[in-house]
Amino acid sequence: MTEEKILLDHGSGGKLSHSMFSDMILPLFENSELSKQDDGAILDVEGARLAFSTDSYVVDPIFFPGGNIGDLAVNGTVNDISMCGAVPKFISVGLIIEEGLPVKQLKIILETIAAAAKKAGVKIVTGDTKVVPRGKADKIFINTSGIGVIPAHVNVSGSNAQPGDKIIVSGTLADHGIAVLSSREGLKFDSDIKTDSAPLNKMVQSLIRSGCDVHVLRDPTRGGLGTTLNEIASQSRVGIRIDEMSLPVTGPVRGACELLGFDPLYIANEGKLIAFVPEKDVDKALEIIRQDVFGKVAVIIGDVTSEDPGKVFLQTSIGGVRPIDMLTGEQLPRIC
Amino acid sequence: MTVPIALNQTAVAKKLEISGVVQGVGFRPFLFGLADQYHLKGEVFNTSGGIRVIVEGPPEKIERFVDDIYHKSPLLASVTDIKSSDVPPGNFFSFKIENSEVANRRTTLISPDVAICSDCLAEMKDPGNRRHEYEFINCTNCGPRYTIIKDIPYDRSKTSMKSFKMCGKCQQEYDDPLNRRFHAQPNACPVCGPQVFLTDRRGNRINTDSQSAITLAAQYLRQGRIIGIKGLGGFHLACDAANLDAVKQLRQRKNRPHKPFALMAASASILFDHVHVSNREKQLLTSYQRPIVLLKRKYINGDNQKGSVLATDVAFFNKTLGVMLPYAPLHCLLLEKGPSILVMTSGNLSGEPLSIENEDALEAFSHIADYFLLHNRDICFRADDSIARIQAGETRFIRRSRGYAPLPVFINRKMPKILGCGAGFKNAVCLTRGHHAFLSQHIGDLDNMKTHAFYRDSIDHLKNIFDIQPDIIAHDMHHGYMSTDYAKAQNTVKKVAVQHHHAHAAACMAENGLDEEVIAITLDGTGYGTDGHIWGGEILLCTQKAFKRKAHLSYIKMPGGDAAVLEPWRMAASVLFQVFGKDFLQMEIPYIKAMEKEKLSFICGMMEKNLNSPLTSSVGRLFDAVSSLLCVRHTISYESQAAMELEAMADERPVRECYAFDLVSGKKDGGRDQVFEINLMPCIRQITAELQQGRHVAGISAKFHYTLAQAFAVAALKVSLQTHIQKIILSGGVFHNDIILNTMILALEEHNLKVYTHTQVPTGDGGICLGQAVVAAALEGS
Ligand SMILES: [Fe+3]
Ligand SMILES: [Mg+2]
Ligand SMILES: [Zn+2]
Ligand SMILES: [Zn+2]
Repeated sequence: MTEEKILLDHGSGGKLSHSMFSDMILPLFENSELSKQDDGAILDVEGARLAFSTDSYVVDPIFFPGGNIGDLAVNGTVNDISMCGAVPKFISVGLIIEEGLPVKQLKIILETIAAAAKKAGVKIVTGDTKVVPRGKADKIFINTSGIGVIPAHVNVSGSNAQPGDKIIVSGTLADHGIAVLSSREGLKFDSDIKTDSAPLNKMVQSLIRSGCDVHVLRDPTRGGLGTTLNEIASQSRVGIRIDEMSLPVTGPVRGACELLGFDPLYIANEGKLIAFVPEKDVDKALEIIRQDVFGKVAVIIGDVTSEDPGKVFLQTSIGGVRPIDMLTGEQLPRIC
Repeated sequence: MTVPIALNQTAVAKKLEISGVVQGVGFRPFLFGLADQYHLKGEVFNTSGGIRVIVEGPPEKIERFVDDIYHKSPLLASVTDIKSSDVPPGNFFSFKIENSEVANRRTTLISPDVAICSDCLAEMKDPGNRRHEYEFINCTNCGPRYTIIKDIPYDRSKTSMKSFKMCGKCQQEYDDPLNRRFHAQPNACPVCGPQVFLTDRRGNRINTDSQSAITLAAQYLRQGRIIGIKGLGGFHLACDAANLDAVKQLRQRKNRPHKPFALMAASASILFDHVHVSNREKQLLTSYQRPIVLLKRKYINGDNQKGSVLATDVAFFNKTLGVMLPYAPLHCLLLEKGPSILVMTSGNLSGEPLSIENEDALEAFSHIADYFLLHNRDICFRADDSIARIQAGETRFIRRSRGYAPLPVFINRKMPKILGCGAGFKNAVCLTRGHHAFLSQHIGDLDNMKTHAFYRDSIDHLKNIFDIQPDIIAHDMHHGYMSTDYAKAQNTVKKVAVQHHHAHAAACMAENGLDEEVIAITLDGTGYGTDGHIWGGEILLCTQKAFKRKAHLSYIKMPGGDAAVLEPWRMAASVLFQVFGKDFLQMEIPYIKAMEKEKLSFICGMMEKNLNSPLTSSVGRLFDAVSSLLCVRHTISYESQAAMELEAMADERPVRECYAFDLVSGKKDGGRDQVFEINLMPCIRQITAELQQGRHVAGISAKFHYTLAQAFAVAALKVSLQTHIQKIILSGGVFHNDIILNTMILALEEHNLKVYTHTQVPTGDGGICLGQAVVAAALEGS
């Protein structure tokens, strides 16, 4: 027997990540807050409900079209807190820096962090800096944690999806993943593909203030929309159907995905949310999301059914219905 | 003359347990007749295990009775075993047919669906017969079986004929042991049986009786309309094969640009203008299984010298046409009254299983068919048309389905109860027990919600009708197949993961009754290898239990993963990049001129960075590469299109020219563990040179086929010399290729190697389920 080792795939956000969480992590740390498996924990603190979330950023390269690791780290945590239905207030920033990182680069990153926090309206209230010897980290890793406050009537969770809900996605898919990949690998496309990294807290707040009965909010980051929908389908024990024709993907991103042989459904986004809203509220919710600067091309992509709980299906453009699985590592060829 | 008093005049009695395909095929009337002939007494009845007979009389007559059971049994029957035991005599005054005994054990074999017999055909054509032009005429020698069975034992109440109560005349036939329709479960007539009717595309009934519905449908077909037809095992979409507009329209509406259409012809002789039909092929065409038979065309794409012409669009760039003869009475009537050759393509939406219900078909094809010819007998279980071909002197299956399923393949070894889950595409499943491996009908590509449901239903149905609860589930090693997920989700039983090409080889071994160490050449499209790469050009040293990889095609990259399967131009870029590096972008060959430079250099970038560029030893992918390199096919619209068109393109004159290839011996951990790499990149280099010199594609294609077969034959010979094993197995989808199969057999036999091939299950992935079960059984037995 060979010794089992952690694979890169354990961090992909796909099937292996999930089994690591539920087999290794959850049994040891088990508590009611963690078991919910939402983007952040929801904490009852003396009558107030707080959302608390943490995330580490290890992106390569640290600078890419449309942003860098700094705003990615701020927006990521702002968004994770927002997806709990909370208003993000305070965040922490922890830096692990590799010896030799040009100071100029660090400065740009810090400035970006400051600007992103300002834009999102959150205060950076604590932090930490470590420097490790060359080779022990890759340029810079950032951890951010954050706290937000959940308004009284709000109850948003990945386990709240109901049959009949409509699913809205706030914008185009796969921009971030393709932007980072193309700058890392030096791939050239016809037109520039930029990250979509953006804070979504204002969009979420308008949505919640509007009185729309929002059941689920999620940001489809690692593993992409396909993986996120699978998580929700199994958390809520519902079936999900989406329509291929309605999926918003920009021409250049679609072209890049086609050339690379990637499915945009499994590529990361950093400034998009999906919202599950009952049919009666969906038009209103869509309108509100579209009014936000980061939600202009929001669309309805599918709905929730009581059939096939835990499964996600794609109505394809040629008329069939294809099952959409969670991301499983490298997509090895199957067709013969 | 005095009658000698025989000393052995004393009557004895024997109980016979007859197993095999013995129900619903006129077996009991046959025994009744035999008993009558030999003046024997006793009784006969169906059991869940087959048929039980008790015969009483003089021993030598009983002996002849038993002999005749083996040698004179009805056309559709197949006796696999007769267990005989002595019982006390003296209990009978005559020979009687008793009612079925319902037992718990379900070991009887279920008959497949059977094409209309000559007696029924004659009756149907006889204006004086009460079943004149009746489209559901059948008897114990013909008609539907598997597709109308909900449960066993096979009795009318357990079929979709349950809702039709027999009229007096039909009941009389059904009850008369000497009638051809004695206990013919689907027995029916125009008075009491199912009826056809015609509707427009919205399902509105066009007011006619049964007979004129067919006449009208035939007329619409002659006018170039497309009709959705409910048949035996599912729907067809039909149009006049000689009407170019109709065929074009069908292609366009079905969104099927190139894949050849199957044809149905009124008779074998009217095919002679279009295809070559040998005696063997004619036998296969007219067999009661009536598969679609691939026949060699006399002309390709319209350059016919003769008068009658099929629409060019029925099949493009293909050396064969897939043709079948009518098997349901309905088809016979339609072809008699309508065009004499119809396109009969399967009635399914792309990627979905065949429609079997009227409502489903109306919903699915309202945009394709102008009219629907429907009927009111339910199809309980769908069965696609089988596809077969005579190659190297034997019948070979491309798809083993209607007419064959669910008859078992017989296995030497006694099998535990195993479910073989099959692969991911062209799936079929297999259940085993004793010496039987029951393969399902064709299930299809497991890439679609409806096909998934059909897959699960098929397994449940087969488990039920054969009463097999598997103790072991065998599945492919590929994590991305739905069939693997299915296996993993079954909690209670033992699971065995079987390497794809080991399964291919084991299936072929089992078919040929081989259980010793053999050399297997598996040439294929895609199979997950034990090293995590995609295999498909392997030489394995294997037993049913285990294998060692002895040689393989040198790895090449698949830029884009599955995209490289759908877009062979990527494979051409891959081999060119491997041989010439980025310099190939400057080469003066038609391929480069046909491609966008930026795309090609992007693909090179992907390969340089190992970005979504998995490694493969697949011969299928090498075929794709050469097909695109020769500008035969750059992107495909159906599976194996590029390779099939490359084959069709090849010069038919015998080739002895061979491109260069290398046999590189890899890991040398001493004698037996040496692994050869079969490197065909020198061949790619020479092909490119010939393209620059302007050599014709036909010659290059023929030479490439020859080279590939030689390279593997030579490598197999080396393995044979090393191991002293002379039995060679050929398996994998590439052996559908006629040139490869024939060249390979010749090349191996030249060196006195004994070659074994598939004749009972497909050499492609439709046969995988059998191999999986065989490997699991061998592991269990150890
Ligand atoms: Fe295969
Ligand atoms: Mg997160
Ligand atoms: Zn008949
Ligand atoms: Zn009748």
